[in-house]
Amino acid sequence: MKLTDLPDSRGHFGPYGGIFVAETLMAALDELRVEYEKARNDPAFVAEFEYELKHYVGRPSPVYHARRLSEAYGGAQIYLKREDLNHTGAHKINNTIGQALLARRMGKKRVIAETGAGQHGVASATVAARYGMECVVYMGAEDVARQSPNVFRMKLLGATVVPVSSGSKTLKDALNEAMRDWVTNVESTFYILGTAAGPHPYPMLVRDFQCVIGRECLVQMPELTGRQPDAVIACVGGGSNAIGIFHPYIPHENVRLIGVEAGGSGVASGKHAAPLTAGTPGVLHGFRSYLMQDENGQIIETHSVSAGLDYPGVGPEHSYLKDAGRAEYVAINDDEALAAFHDLCRYEGIIPALESSHAVAHAKKLAPTLGKDQIILVNLSGRGDKDINTVAKVSGITL
Amino acid sequence: MSRIGQTFIALKAHNRKALIPFITAGDPGKGLTVPLMHALVEAGSDIIELGVPFSDPMADGPVIQRASERALANKVGLKDVLAMTAEFRKTNTTTPVVLMGYANPVERMGYETFALAAKAAGVDGVLTVDIPPEESAGVSDVFKSHGLDPIFLLSPTTPESRVEQVAAAAGGFIYYVSLKGVTGSANLDTEEVARKLAMVRKHCSLPVGVGFGIRDAATAEAVARIADAVVVGSRIVNEIETAPEGECTNRVKHLVAELRRGVDAASK
Repeated sequence: MKLTDLPDSRGHFGPYGGIFVAETLMAALDELRVEYEKARNDPAFVAEFEYELKHYVGRPSPVYHARRLSEAYGGAQIYLKREDLNHTGAHKINNTIGQALLARRMGKKRVIAETGAGQHGVASATVAARYGMECVVYMGAEDVARQSPNVFRMKLLGATVVPVSSGSKTLKDALNEAMRDWVTNVESTFYILGTAAGPHPYPMLVRDFQCVIGRECLVQMPELTGRQPDAVIACVGGGSNAIGIFHPYIPHENVRLIGVEAGGSGVASGKHAAPLTAGTPGVLHGFRSYLMQDENGQIIETHSVSAGLDYPGVGPEHSYLKDAGRAEYVAINDDEALAAFHDLCRYEGIIPALESSHAVAHAKKLAPTLGKDQIILVNLSGRGDKDINTVAKVSGITL
Repeated sequence: MSRIGQTFIALKAHNRKALIPFITAGDPGKGLTVPLMHALVEAGSDIIELGVPFSDPMADGPVIQRASERALANKVGLKDVLAMTAEFRKTNTTTPVVLMGYANPVERMGYETFALAAKAAGVDGVLTVDIPPEESAGVSDVFKSHGLDPIFLLSPTTPESRVEQVAAAAGGFIYYVSLKGVTGSANLDTEEVARKLAMVRKHCSLPVGVGFGIRDAATAEAVARIADAVVVGSRIVNEIETAPEGECTNRVKHLVAELRRGVDAASK
């Protein structure tokens, strides 16, 4: 079987993925699977999705040669895929448009979403407004506090934001709560899942909607540089921006695919969010994948300066790509990500999301080990306006 | 035949319905679970569902989630739950014990290792909420080969076409969750449940238990009229949560006795 032929009909990527949910959700997931199968083969659906990406999101997003950054890092040429320039400021909108179109097709008038950094919540609230749907967003109480600009954005867009105070009060708890809402309101409600994780068919359909990123790069890189890059780097929380840029590159075997997890205070400290780097396989949130768990199989709390990477699991396809050796996964600590954040601000005039700063930080490590004629493509998955309060706080500055 | 099967046959012979209470192991205290289990039996329970604490109980409502959080704060994990069952078995060899929980703690221990240990501890059935029959290939067989009944859920959203498939993987009894939603939700439409059970019984010869939304003698009686077993979870856990210190066991005993009267009233 080819790596690009996955998942199988039940959503398995080798031993990963699958459908691990309570019986109440089985029918809804099956309905979604059947409807998505029809939609992806319906030229009218595909055409509308592409129209929206072009005219509403502003795609294709450019690829940009970060010359001053490359020079400063002293090695390979660094190119940035500018997902930060999308409408709403991140790659998340690619997926929410796809899912909202599916929701509309299925006659669901209410959409729900979970959010960590708030980017997926904003992207969901945006499309709900765009297509005239009711929208409820679940967000960990801790994230509500550290991402207040995005909370206000969602409210401006007409969404109801529900702070979740159970467990660690972050993304995983918001996801639990969204699942509970869905179980309760399954007939009227479409669950817009924000990353390439969760029960089948979500990891597949989110990947498919995000693959526009990598497909554009396949065309743009030869136009700009005459060839494909030597390495593609993307940050990995749940892993949707990474799988979106990786997947079209899987058959291009000379292109290294590198996923960057949140190393928090350092993997050795235990305070991180790097399940692929330091976790073990298990079952959470409807799928099997690498997880952050203790010896009793309880999920452990994650730590990252970046809310969007603060998640104990990872999309199942990444677990598969890791085991298959097709992609490499590394961890970048909070301080390294923050340094890269400032680098990009100062050298290129781009304020990146803290999530994306992890990918830039790994480019900083990799670039000097490569020649000046080699090429690194970094997926700049989002812009950093939402993070300025966090950055100010860790820098000891009061705004 | 398993202890669960024997229990249902004995009940049927006496024209009685089963009462199945749920408590979370380790809630409110590590040392209170075994005494609570005995109290449940004394108050008239036929089968005990013992919840295995999990950090992310997605299919449960706030009441059982808080019970899980209290149990985890008491450092109770799957191994402790097995030890508690073994302790209970020292003085009770007849009441079946079903472990109810989520896949990951079992997955972490290893399905084979778990099944061996569970059987040795005196566990009779296992309900892993987030392992549907589609993902249970191997798991169900491992449980069955060690003499553990794999318990599965059916819900109002389960299409008729799936019932047969679920029944084929199941052992012991089928657990019909009578409401959409998480545990602890309100309202129960017994007429709708009765219609659904008639459909389920066409495809399934196992006894059918009904849970979700049962809170007193009246609702227990209404469900006992249509089901083979009445499952009560959140209401009991709520009693444990709100009982003053030292009162927990008595309060639970009192509540379960009331539920028992309701269940028995249906057989009169």
